[in-house]
Amino acid sequence: MSLLIKGGRVVDPMSGTDEILDIFIRGEKILKIGKGITFSAKKIIDATDSIVIPGLIDMHTHLRDPGREDEETIRSGTLAAARGGFTTICCMPNTSPVIDDISLVRYILRKAEKEGVVEVLPIASISKNEDGETLSEMGKLRREGAVSFSDDGKWVRNAHLMRRALEYVKMLNLPLISHCENEDLSKNGVINEGIFSTILGLPGIPKEAEEVAVFRDICLTRLANSSLHIAHISTVSSLNLVREARKRGIKVSCEVTPHHFTLSEELVRSFDTNTKINPPLRGKDDVKALREGLKDGSIEVIATDHAPHTPEEKELDYALAPFGIIGLETALGLVIKELVKPEILTLSQGIAKLTVNPARILNLDRGRIREEGLANLAIFNLNEEWEVKKEDFLSLSKNSPFVGWSLPGKVKWTIFKGKVAYRS
Amino acid sequence: MSFERKDLLGIEDLRSEEIYFILDTAKSLRQILDRPIKKVPTLRGKTVANLFFEPSTRTRISFELAAKRLNADVVSFSYSTSSISKGESLLDTVKNIMAMRVDCFVLRHPVPGTPHFLAKNLPVSVINAGDGSHEHPTQALIDLYTIREKKGKLEGLEVVIIGDIAHSRVARSDIWALNKLGAKVRVCGPPTLIPPQIEKIGVKVFYSVEEAIKGVDVVMMLRVQEERQNRCFFPSLHEYREFFSLNEARLNLAKPEAIIMHPGPVNRGVELPAVLADGKKSVILDQVTNGIAVRMAVLYLLLGRKK
Repeated sequence: MSLLIKGGRVVDPMSGTDEILDIFIRGEKILKIGKGITFSAKKIIDATDSIVIPGLIDMHTHLRDPGREDEETIRSGTLAAARGGFTTICCMPNTSPVIDDISLVRYILRKAEKEGVVEVLPIASISKNEDGETLSEMGKLRREGAVSFSDDGKWVRNAHLMRRALEYVKMLNLPLISHCENEDLSKNGVINEGIFSTILGLPGIPKEAEEVAVFRDICLTRLANSSLHIAHISTVSSLNLVREARKRGIKVSCEVTPHHFTLSEELVRSFDTNTKINPPLRGKDDVKALREGLKDGSIEVIATDHAPHTPEEKELDYALAPFGIIGLETALGLVIKELVKPEILTLSQGIAKLTVNPARILNLDRGRIREEGLANLAIFNLNEEWEVKKEDFLSLSKNSPFVGWSLPGKVKWTIFKGKVAYRS
Repeated sequence: MSFERKDLLGIEDLRSEEIYFILDTAKSLRQILDRPIKKVPTLRGKTVANLFFEPSTRTRISFELAAKRLNADVVSFSYSTSSISKGESLLDTVKNIMAMRVDCFVLRHPVPGTPHFLAKNLPVSVINAGDGSHEHPTQALIDLYTIREKKGKLEGLEVVIIGDIAHSRVARSDIWALNKLGAKVRVCGPPTLIPPQIEKIGVKVFYSVEEAIKGVDVVMMLRVQEERQNRCFFPSLHEYREFFSLNEARLNLAKPEAIIMHPGPVNRGVELPAVLADGKKSVILDQVTNGIAVRMAVLYLLLGRKK
């Protein structure tokens, strides 16, 4: 199958490309990039007035398969991803059962191959069944296809286990991904602890619950001389700890979600459970600091932490509703609206946080547009606004606080391995 | 060239001349073991006391036989840790035994430095048969002897030690010994079992057996203990075996004439498959035989010469 994408503004952060170019694809790969390509192609996409970027990579997605296929399946999750311009998603292991065994890694890869429309790369757990007590067989899991390890959803409370996990993973040349939350401090909390938890009478999650965990994990990373990636960073102090560590040469990276650089805690006043997230929405100063962190490069990655939940689950009272919101379909729009348009990041920098950077951290040959590379691309219109509507979500779940928002950056096409994965 | 010490506590403080002297002495004593009457009267009338505070059949028997071949009397005390925990002072125990006019103690103890403590407080010779994870000097001497026997020399040889380095006294003593005699040492294991900053004592660290074993003359395998798993050092024996055991494919990356060594006991099917443990390249049983000769040499040099 051959495909020609004509006349788009090709933005490839890895090579620094930003010009109108044609892209010719044959089979799964890009054959040629250049001006005025005249090869005959089976299909032609007119990308005039559109931007062509490498297919986005989400380092942090929750597909609820196996176990909660009512919330999301591998298929529906990849459809949602494609709609958002993603061609690679890394799924977290806290499914039911937990992805702690090679049979489960194989399950995900096979199912994604068969039913998914974009690439799914499994992240396996650090400890068996995320029990925080025994190491999972990380070597074998890696060999089978896991791209990293995390006990996401939980923090590895046992410092000795975390230390050994950080050491062990060095032989695999991968970072560990840590969900930093000291549950002794965050227990029962549902929103950020502060003025709003006081006014609303809801139990709070203090920022320190995240910060003490971030600090410990940074220290252990230094001790183990290993690499750490901190998931969903949300506070000023967490970011300062990361900055300081990086200055000292400790190999730590971090990611921020679009909702954390967009929304702040006042929204919880609505008691809408789509504002209930872990880590919680924080204060305006945190949002500002996170944007600064993106700008100065301390935060290298934007990742969605796409967390689907059914309406029955989210339509419970604020204490009972599970944490989490979906994010794959709104991520790019929020990056454009909240970071690129206000000139906090250039377009190339913004796209890099979703392509080159996650690819580098995970040692993946993805996130770039090059001849002989995989034809994973997204084509979107920078200025075309679109309204976020519940009924348009391709995810099985609709738990998003952005319903009703008008976002720029409408994705028109998503191409995965040379095939159309999404068309608007 | 000589050996003038009261004790043998470790390799770290030995000079290379001393090591060569012990090896040469062992060589001349080795042929006793091939005679029909395996005895010489050298240590007649001397008494060697084996004090083993850790389970060990092979090392204890090896020391016993070495002493007996030299006509010394041997007494063996096996202490379980419970008698230590009853508050019995080690020094007290030993002084009691000394009062029975013993000439030499061979001590194996789980805590590093215990033989040194005894050596400082007693006028008789102390031989360290393994103090925790610290040193096991006679094993290193046996390994050097065996390598020299098979390869003719030690200088310039490439040696890799694969396994649980962090908890191994054999690894530590071997590293000192090999470096002092001019060999080049590599260590390999999961990062959790490589002690911090070990490069500083003169080894190259590898996390991949395929990388570590390229072109080596000697492959030394260490036993890995299941109990380590319970302390988070590696996820399972299955995974350990898959990544760190020796197999034909990995062995083929070493020099064709490479030899396989192991201080024993071998976990067959874990770090070493039976076919390699018993194969042509394995010198494991030679190590055992040489062990008697080396221990005879150490006993002779400490006890058998007129001072």
